[in-house]
Amino acid sequence: MGDRALATNRGRAPAPVVSVLGRNWAFFFLLLTLVVFSFTGKNFFALNNFQNIVHLATTSLLLACAETFVIITGGIDLSIGFVLGLSAVSASSTMQVLYAAHWSAAASILVGIGVGLVSALACGLAAGVLVSRYRVPPFIATLGTQGIAIGVTYHICGGFPVWYLPPGLTDIGNAYLLYIHPASGAWSFFSRPAGVAANQIKELVRVFPLSFFLIIVFLILLWHLLKNTKFGQHTYAIGGSMDASVRAGINTRRHLTLIYVLSAFLAGVAGIVDLFQTGTGNFTTFGAQLELFAIAAVIIGGASLMGGKGRVLASVVGVLLLKVLENGLNLSGVEPFYRYIAVGLILIVAVVIDQLFPDLF
Amino acid sequence: MGYLLEVRNITKRFGGLVAVNNVSMGVNTGEVVGLLGDNGAGKSTLIKVISGVYPADEGTILFQGNEVHIASPMDALAMGIETIYQDLALAENLNTPSNIFLGREKMRKVLGFLNVLDHEYMQAESRKILEKLDILIPSLRNRIRALSGGQRQAVAISRSIYWDAKFLIMDEPTAALGVAEQKKVIDTINRLKSHGIGIVVISHQMHDVFQVADRLIIMRRGEKVAERITRETNADEVVSLIVGAETVLQNRGRAVTP
Amino acid sequence: MTRRAGFTSFIGQRWAVMFLVIELIFFSSLAGGFFALNGVQIVLFYSTTLALLATAETFVIVTGGIDLSVGFVMGFASVVSAKLSGAFTDRGLPPDVALLLAILITLAIGLLPGLVNGLLVARLKVPPFLATFAVQGITYGISLLLTQGSAAVNVPNLANVIGNGYLLYLVPGHGISFLAAPPVEPGHTVIGILPTMVVVTVLFIAVCAFLLKRTKFGRHTYAIGGNIDAAVRAGINVNRHLVVIYVLSSFLATLSGIIYMLEYVTGKSDAGSSFMLDSVVAVVIGGASLFGGVGTVWRSILGVLILSVLEMGLKIMGVQTFDKYIAVGVILIFAVLIDQFFPELIHKED
Repeated sequence: MGDRALATNRGRAPAPVVSVLGRNWAFFFLLLTLVVFSFTGKNFFALNNFQNIVHLATTSLLLACAETFVIITGGIDLSIGFVLGLSAVSASSTMQVLYAAHWSAAASILVGIGVGLVSALACGLAAGVLVSRYRVPPFIATLGTQGIAIGVTYHICGGFPVWYLPPGLTDIGNAYLLYIHPASGAWSFFSRPAGVAANQIKELVRVFPLSFFLIIVFLILLWHLLKNTKFGQHTYAIGGSMDASVRAGINTRRHLTLIYVLSAFLAGVAGIVDLFQTGTGNFTTFGAQLELFAIAAVIIGGASLMGGKGRVLASVVGVLLLKVLENGLNLSGVEPFYRYIAVGLILIVAVVIDQLFPDLF
Repeated sequence: MGYLLEVRNITKRFGGLVAVNNVSMGVNTGEVVGLLGDNGAGKSTLIKVISGVYPADEGTILFQGNEVHIASPMDALAMGIETIYQDLALAENLNTPSNIFLGREKMRKVLGFLNVLDHEYMQAESRKILEKLDILIPSLRNRIRALSGGQRQAVAISRSIYWDAKFLIMDEPTAALGVAEQKKVIDTINRLKSHGIGIVVISHQMHDVFQVADRLIIMRRGEKVAERITRETNADEVVSLIVGAETVLQNRGRAVTP
Repeated sequence: MTRRAGFTSFIGQRWAVMFLVIELIFFSSLAGGFFALNGVQIVLFYSTTLALLATAETFVIVTGGIDLSVGFVMGFASVVSAKLSGAFTDRGLPPDVALLLAILITLAIGLLPGLVNGLLVARLKVPPFLATFAVQGITYGISLLLTQGSAAVNVPNLANVIGNGYLLYLVPGHGISFLAAPPVEPGHTVIGILPTMVVVTVLFIAVCAFLLKRTKFGRHTYAIGGNIDAAVRAGINVNRHLVVIYVLSSFLATLSGIIYMLEYVTGKSDAGSSFMLDSVVAVVIGGASLFGGVGTVWRSILGVLILSVLEMGLKIMGVQTFDKYIAVGVILIFAVLIDQFFPELIHKED
């Protein structure tokens, strides 16, 4: 396929305008949707709404980052949706048990987080070893670990969300940096200002959800990892040519294992975030299709399933586009069913653009 | 001063098949040896023994006068023996400097503690080596995918030279290239000669081989059947050695009936 | 990569069948009555939908592609056929005509998703994973739109009779009757043999198996999966063939949805949502390779049976069905690893 593209496009770089437009089409489309929905959507163009979109998109953003790394190497990770559930459930169960055994809230929460992340890492390690050492196609390997994750999750929680957790989770998970009470002028960090009664919460203006900071930190770290380190460079190399990478002396086996471990780790973090945002340990339901959503976002952001292409920021744009679309359609009174149709169409557009201009990215 | 690389009495078997049978040959510094032979003659196998893909069943290899043991491709690379494969082993989605430095990237420190890829350094070094070999690549930023076959070949060669290859094995370097590009590759090989690199070229393009090789070694059915100095032979003789003189005589003997 | 001699090779080649046999023995010993006529029929009955989807998936996977839309095309078909039959009945058509018309129209409409898939993959060179994923979403959206999120229940009762009927009815001591249960006095049991839907499914699967194994069409399918360039050079119209493959897949998925509607007398948009990946899993367990060129219909059915028996057996044992997922995950990985350790066992055309 690369040869065909080479034959038709080499030496004929598209005009700069087309190039910039095409390369960032998702971003421009995102801007377009923001504009359109500002007119059609009730309360769409509001600080509150935008912050809410980002806040609720945190887990999806983490999953999309996870999938970005895997897809660049030419693989795919179908397990992240359920690893998220496994992490949330194992973390919350631990917290529940420890707290009931009279551990302090803080201690039980910390240990719980540790357990959640370790369970995610285990899944990633399994997938990574299967792919790198046993040459199991990533599709199958992660399908396998997905199944195991589902099973273990349900074993732990028996099909019910995990409750009776230590207090304070949602206080952290849904907290904002700054709270302002316009009427009285009172403001404070992290919690509602003194002097503002509980029933006056609706009047508060909240700025910068804490999850925003979390996602910024992760995005910066992952962006740096992919762009500036040997690890990132080798990730692209493996996706471009496994042969070349092996002959260049890169330890592809170890690298691939790490990639899947990283992916599962991020899914684990997403599970913890979900736990903090909802206050319950939720298992991932069937039909949630979280991983497919993440893959779609990454592709919309310009990556290719063949591997070798992809950027963290582009995947972020992909996620935001889909989330804004969903939110905007919702607020505009459009029936939710159209969301599926919209995602499908956008995905097709993304791939067709990629086909027509393979050298753009 | 003996050969740069010498193989003595190399034999390699695969099950019951003898792919390379008691072959001895050598290459001097600054010399190009053309390794010729029909398909199945054993050229590729011999090359793979030298580059460490296969261990020899019998025989010895000497590099720079010392006997060496090449058990894996890594051993060969460490010694400075590099192979340029037909498929070039380049990552199409990365640019020229990234490919030249693949696996051996240069880092620099930012803010005192952060290790970051040093793209400027790698780009500058790449430009230097390309200039040294008189290769023209318009934009080092472009992905390899945008380069022509000949340019990619040049990048692969530059990579080996940059990392101090002393001995190069080139497998069909001009195959699938246009005429102008073939000439460029020939020029590059000649330039490498002048830098003292020893080169073995496997090729079916008789014309190109005659242009670069100082000596020719012909193999047939796993054995070395002839060695010639290029100047002292011609294409006809070489072809007849490749296919076997008997066959040539047979064809010549057939009378053309009117 | 030497040929493992004798026994190991023998077992390795037939591991899937042996596994199924072991499963059956295991479950029937633990939960009596598994092997009873009833048990077997129930398993077959529940396997019909997955079997058709797996057959559809086999064709696509053999060409080196994948079809993620089969599950939702199935749901779509169940919704469309349910709604149409209800609408026709409401207009006064007798139930058999209404159903027949509804089924025929649904079969026709059901070809569309496949057509779109095929065009995307063949013409626009969209990777099958993405093309079928996009189409799946669109199909799901449309079926949700049609049902407004609920199930379509206005279906004539004739559907139930057909869908849950048997070919043969046995009343001990009184004789047999075909296609319709004979009227009996209370106290007499009626035994049903050969559920009609199972027979219909098996017939279609048999035709498909024949198509894949013994026709030029089937041969070309393997060729495309094995080496697409060679197929092109051999003169095969690859683009057209791929479109036909995806249309065929869509057709089988539609059929599966219609059968679902007949069996459950409802149309549900998400009827097939869990089957999306199950069909791929069954095909892979049956020995197909995701790279294409390998796999047969009957072996995929074997994969389906392994999964169905597993599910049924666990249910009977009272074990959490969630453990099934662990088991399936392990079996899946095992299936692929076996292909690696015994590479000569790759079943091309059996």
